[in-house]
Amino acid sequence: MIDYTLHLADTTLILSQRNSEWCGHGPILEQDIAITNISLDLLGQARNFYQYAATLIGGNATEDSLAYLRKEREFKNLLIAEQPNGDWGQTILRQYLYSQFQFLLYQKLQSSNDEQLAAIAAKAIKETMYHVRWSSEWVIRLGDGTEDSHNRMLKAIDQLWSFTGEMFVAASYETLVDVSLLKKEWLEKVSIIFREATLSIPEKVFMQSGGKDGKHTEQLGFILTELQYMQRAYPGAQW
Amino acid sequence: MKIETSSLTVKEKIWSILSEVTDPEVPVLTITDLGIVRDIKINDVGVEIIITPTYTGCPAMDMIAMNIRLALIENGFQNIKVTSVLSPVWTTDWMSEAGKQKLKEYGIAPPNPKQQVCNNDLFAPDEAVQCPHCNSYHTHRISEFGSTACKSLFQCNDCKEPFDYFKCH
Repeated sequence: MIDYTLHLADTTLILSQRNSEWCGHGPILEQDIAITNISLDLLGQARNFYQYAATLIGGNATEDSLAYLRKEREFKNLLIAEQPNGDWGQTILRQYLYSQFQFLLYQKLQSSNDEQLAAIAAKAIKETMYHVRWSSEWVIRLGDGTEDSHNRMLKAIDQLWSFTGEMFVAASYETLVDVSLLKKEWLEKVSIIFREATLSIPEKVFMQSGGKDGKHTEQLGFILTELQYMQRAYPGAQW
Repeated sequence: MKIETSSLTVKEKIWSILSEVTDPEVPVLTITDLGIVRDIKINDVGVEIIITPTYTGCPAMDMIAMNIRLALIENGFQNIKVTSVLSPVWTTDWMSEAGKQKLKEYGIAPPNPKQQVCNNDLFAPDEAVQCPHCNSYHTHRISEFGSTACKSLFQCNDCKEPFDYFKCH
């Protein structure tokens, strides 16, 4: 259960960190605020998962030590979370593909037999619902928008689709919710949004994997360098 | 632990102290207006206050916990523990009627009683949110996300004023 909780924590932390890179750079003020709000929601979820993991691990573990002092190979986040922001379209698509999955996952998790994870999921799913709605509206707006925005969404699909397969392949520690059962519904939901957005689901794409077991793309090291810099340079620093 | 008890029980006294502690992000609301105080436990060593977050990422929670502690210390309590619990989940229904009225007077539209966020339809018609300034229902949503995690941004079509809406949750 420790590994699984860390997996949930790492994915939300890394995606939150990625989204927060938009702070002050969003295309317009309202959307800058939106993406950073989503970032904050994800960070709140990550904190809850880390706090729970820390109590399971015991000893000196805290939410901070788990976020700031573990190495790249110890992180178990989904690869899609660490992919670069790219343009606005790529960020939106990453958020949508993940939020749609997260929504289905939390639906199951909130009635799972781990009391604390169920409580976190029940709390967070209401936020996720807002994320799904916001990001899917943007996927449609951009996909069915101008020629330029449509082409950018096609490129974003090329960049991200191969990282979606991993969501539905369970790691050895992932026993609480059977993620393979979520795939069908996820694909149906994504198909509806893509159809609206005049985009199509790619066929037969080789799927990347490894994130859940600590094997990451080259991106994660850079993220952690920035995220963990302060605690590495000034161990135990507080403010 | 020395506590001056008049006719009030200790628990009632603590409730009245907590009803003076405000939310740092929406200072017009107290934490009892928000409905985030779940329980008060009193035992031989001290008191435990059980609170629940509005949003998981709400950055005000740490400060609220600190303010609870300070308010109780000022009133002579010792060994104060503030515990945050997630279940049962907080919803905007926990907010008191007095709290909703205060929000409106402050210029923030209070949450609608029915949780319309459950309607997950895309481009769904905006919720009918009443403008806190001119009371018109003729308003539209500018953004799903506002100045804090708990609010979204609206504008009134009649008086043209933009306003925050404490969104359903």
